[in-house]
Formats: sequence, C-alpha cells, structure tokens
Amino acid sequence: MQKFNTLKSIPAYLPIVNIDTDMIIPKQFLKTIKRTGLGKNLFFEMRYDDNGKEINDFVLNQEPFNNSKILIAGNNFGCGSSREHAPWALLDFGITCVISSSYADIFYSNCFKNGILPIILEEEKIKELSEYANRKEEISVDLNDQKIIYGNNEIKFEIDPFKKKCLLEGLDDIAISLKKSDKIENFENQLKDKKPWIFND
Amino acid sequence: MSTTLYDKIWNDHLVDQQEDGTALLFVDRHLIHEVTSPQAFEGLRNSNRKVRHPNLTLAVADHNVPTTDRTKGISDQESKIQVDTLESNCKEFGVQLFGMDDKRQGIVHIIGPEQGFTQPGTVIVCGDSHTATHGAFGSLAFGIGTSEVEHVLATQTLVQKKAKNFRINVNGTLPLGVTSKDVILQIIGKIGTAGGTGCVVEYAGDLIRSLSVEQRMTICNMTIEGGARAGLIAPDEKIFEYLKGKPMSPKGENWEKAMEYWKNLKTDADASFDKEINLNANDILPMITWGTSPQDVITIDGKVPNPQNEKDEDKKNSIERALKYMGLTPDMAATDIKIDKVFIGSCTNGRIEDLREAAKILKDKKISSHVNAIVVPGSGLVKEQAEQEGLDKIFVNSGFEWREPGCSMCLAMNADKLKPEERCASTSNRNFEGRQGRGGRTHLVSPGMAAAAAISGNLDDVRKYQN
Ligand code: SF4
Repeated sequence: MQKFNTLKSIPAYLPIVNIDTDMIIPKQFLKTIKRTGLGKNLFFEMRYDDNGKEINDFVLNQEPFNNSKILIAGNNFGCGSSREHAPWALLDFGITCVISSSYADIFYSNCFKNGILPIILEEEKIKELSEYANRKEEISVDLNDQKIIYGNNEIKFEIDPFKKKCLLEGLDDIAISLKKSDKIENFENQLKDKKPWIFND
Repeated sequence: MSTTLYDKIWNDHLVDQQEDGTALLFVDRHLIHEVTSPQAFEGLRNSNRKVRHPNLTLAVADHNVPTTDRTKGISDQESKIQVDTLESNCKEFGVQLFGMDDKRQGIVHIIGPEQGFTQPGTVIVCGDSHTATHGAFGSLAFGIGTSEVEHVLATQTLVQKKAKNFRINVNGTLPLGVTSKDVILQIIGKIGTAGGTGCVVEYAGDLIRSLSVEQRMTICNMTIEGGARAGLIAPDEKIFEYLKGKPMSPKGENWEKAMEYWKNLKTDADASFDKEINLNANDILPMITWGTSPQDVITIDGKVPNPQNEKDEDKKNSIERALKYMGLTPDMAATDIKIDKVFIGSCTNGRIEDLREAAKILKDKKISSHVNAIVVPGSGLVKEQAEQEGLDKIFVNSGFEWREPGCSMCLAMNADKLKPEERCASTSNRNFEGRQGRGGRTHLVSPGMAAAAAISGNLDDVRKYQN
C-alpha cells in the first residue's frame, strides 16, 4: 500500500448527497479479477453518454479537475454495496483523498485499506472548501498534523490514531494481525472447549 | 454490567483489544462469492499465505450466474472467468464450494441459513453488504470489503471498532397484506439511509417476535440500506426449530451444548442503548419507493412528492434529480405509475415464503399484457420446494417466467436487466440509479405488491387482491 503523507491538489467538487457505490463504479465493471484499471470507469454513468463519449458537464471530465487528487462530495458518500472496487476506481483515477460530512461504514474502512484518506468535516467547512474547487485553487492536506490548509486558513480533522498510523506507514493489516498469531491460537483453543460446535468436529 | 446482545457477541469474540479500542475479532463463519473474492485469493497467493480455516468458509457463485438454461455454461466471457476463478481458488485453498450445477447453489445469504451454516451468537462476514441478513439468527453479521476478505481468509479474524447500540422496537400487529418488507421500508423512510451509520441495530418488540424466521431475514437484510453495520434479532424457539436437522447445524451432543448457549443470547432487561426508536405495526401500510434511494418511500395510497414543498435546497435538488431519473411527475398517485417489468427474487425476498406470498395473489389470474415478469428463486432448494408445492405452475400460468436461482436482476450483472427507462416493480433491496440496468427505474415492493403490480400493470394495492 502507498504511504499517505501530504497531498496538494485543486479539489473537484461533486455536490451530490448519497453518492452510492453503484454510481462510483457500476456493476458491469465488477467482473474483473484485478484491482487495477478501474479508473477509466469511475462514475461511469455520469461521465459518459450512451455512445461512450465524455459528458463535458461532468466535473471530472473538465480541466483541471480531471487531475484532481482530492474529491469533495455531499454527505453519506459511498453508501450501498461493500464493493472495494469503489476505492480501487478512485485510486486508479488518481484520487487519494475524499472530503465529505459522512461516509457509509464499509466504504470508509475500505478506503484505509487502499491508502485513501477519507476526511470528515462539517457541512459548513465543506462549502468553504468547495469555493477553492470553484476558483480552481489548490488546497493541501497534511495527515501527520491532521489539517487541511487552504489560502491563509487551516482546518483540523479527526482521525482514528491506528488508522492514521497505518496510512502514514503504508502498513499491511494482515501482517500486523499475524503478529498476534499466538493470541489467535489461544482463542481458538478455548473456543474448541467452550463451543465445540463451531468447528463442527 | 448490563449488556446488549451485540455487546455479548462482541465480547465473546475478542481476540485482542488495543488501547485505542481497535479490536481483533474472531470470525466463526465466512461466506464468499465470485465477485468480491478473486483479488483476495490473489493477495494470499502473492504473499504465500493459506486459508486459516477452510472448514469455517463456504463459497458459492451467485452474482454472475445465468438464470436461464445452464447446461450450455456461461456465455458472457468475463462472468465465466469470475465463476471459474472462484472454482479454481476454492480447489487450491481447500474451501467448500457450491458450484453452479449443485442443487444447493443459490444466493449467498439464502444458502447460509438453509444449510445451517448461519448460527446464533456467531460472527459471520461476507464480502457483500447484505450479510446483515444472517442477523435474523441472532448472529453478528456484516459485509466487508475485499481486503478484509483476504484478512479473514488469512487470519480468521477481522480488525474492527465497536459500533453503537441502536434498538428499533416494533410493536402491534400488521394489517392484512402488510409484510416485513413494508416494515423495513417504513423504518428506512423514517431513519434515512444514513440513520444507522456507525450502529448495530437490534430489532425488538412483539411484532418482531411474531415474525417467521424468513420474514426476520427480510428485515435484517435491508438494515444496510439504513446505513447500519448490522441488524440482529435475539434468537428464539422459531430459530432453533428452523436450524434443527439442517446439514451444517450442530448434531447430537453438540446440539445440546449449542442450545444451552443460544438460549442465553439476549439483551439484558436494563441494558441501555445509544439510540432507540419505536414503531407501531398497526399503522404500517403497503409501501413503495418512488425515487432512487431506499429512503424515498411512500404508502401505496400516497402521492409522489413535490419538490416545491421542500424548503431545504439540497433536498429539493435531490427530489428533482430523482423524479427526473424516474420519469415521474410531482404529486402523481402511486397507483398511476405504470410498470413494464416485475422481478420477484433476491436475498431480500427470494425465499419460499416470499414465493408463496406472491403465488397466493397470482393464483388463477393473468398478469397484464404489457408486463414482462420473472421470478428467480433464491436457491436451488427454494426452487425445488416451490416446484413440489406447485408454485412454479401458478407463476407460469399467470404469465411469469420461472428461472434458475441467483442474484439476477437484483443487480443485473448477468443477462437479466432493465433497458433504459424501463420501469420495474422489484422485490429486491436497492433502487439506485442504474442498479437494475443502465437508465432502468426500480420501485421496491414486497412480493405480494410485486404480484399485484404484475396483474394490474401499474403499482397497486395488494389488499385489493387479498382473498
Ligand atoms: S440478491 Fe442482490 S443484494 Fe442480495 S447478494 Fe445478490 S446482488 Fe446482493
């Protein structure tokens, strides 16, 4: 996983609430057995017309937003299915930070597994930041200090310390958990005694 | 200290807890399917890891499989690769698979309970958001992403943070023709699609206790549509009765031991919840969704909303956007919405009771001539049972197509899908834009309401057709 530290970009603003994972990446692209290559189909239905031509009105089709690394969106972002294809598509497009006032749980945790930072801010602050998108000005995100710097201002954001550490160091969850193999084994042995039906033997 | 059912299951599965509250949770049951697992197996292979407990893992192909004649295999190349990949991965890693030609094949959330793989008090995960379904058995069941699937395969555990406790009490009795699907649609309408974010919901109250096991699954299934991580119901005699003798249920002495444990799985009387709401079942009517989010619900005797009545600018825009996509005019009556297709199936409403409920309405009737209707049983066993009861004949005689089991038009990854602007009364769980096919328009309803819509050719009140 890529380490996340600081990020500077003109943000793209998508002022839609309840953006679901079907919108982020429709199901016809879930038939892949790979994690990569999904970026071109990100927001497919909003991005292309029936003939596969780019829709000019859509923000990610416009300069400079087609190179945005930061996406600002309406609340309840990433609701719907558990598909990790949604963060994979964002990542493949180049977006490594999303800013919204709330996220669906599974999407939120999927982001961290892929080096994407989902930031939660109040609606008011989001409106303020969206002005930078409108004016095509850069903002920067500093994960270490947990702040977004825009113009002469900065906003602090909250993040779970463990998740932060994993992002900063690009840590692999599985490797961390496997370090606790003893504890897992212990648990399993007790389980065999306490609830023998679980292992069905 | 008094604890909730969720607290109890949580505490009983803690392998490790860090100071910041991050926990490592043991996973008792892991379900996998073809769409969200290939990258997880690839990850295992790349890092030379094994599946820690193949016998706690069960795989099935459901999302991509054709629902028409399967003897010729899968014609869509990409779908075929995914289904074949699942098969070879299961072989390589020693995981039990119900292949496409297995009678036990079906939607992952239908086969788990059917086999007795789903059990009370367990932690159950699957790379699929509707895993919440299994909560009907008093298990902590939730959907996970593919990286987490890989994590569970490798370690049989999951990194989690504790969610909040949210209780939804439903008391009273349901009016005739009103089902658990209407109850959950009503709940989502009330709390909104983000209403349960960060919570695990426990459904309680005498209405919930009166529901059959299958109706409970419908409610828990759609918990995720209300944004909650999981939904569960304390297990009772109905659940134990349901599980008794199922192929993967505990046997003999183990059954006795399990029962002893299961019987204590309930929230303490004085346990407190972070959030609680109450609903009166007597007030619930047959529901439909009019928009593109499961929270966009109205009763069948209601009207489509008018954005002009909405003061909040964002909400007004989102109503306008939804009406435009759905091709509806403000204030039109729900029963004036003409439909082209009907889909009965999915992990929400593809079980035997759902098919019975629809068949009861369809018996000796014909569906409207302009309606195309399909029924897709949730599993091979549901299909077999329905055929034994003659339900297939009722469906076919009324004009429905009788299909092979799978997810089908719930998400339209196979050939079953809506064309742009086609309108469908569907028993599935999501009415998102494009969910059932690009430009397709979905109205979520109960199986009885789907049958009524098929007969009338428009969304209609199922109570009209109750004998
Ligand atoms: S039936 Fe629909 S909701 Fe259920 S698992 Fe299949 S695709 Fe998902």
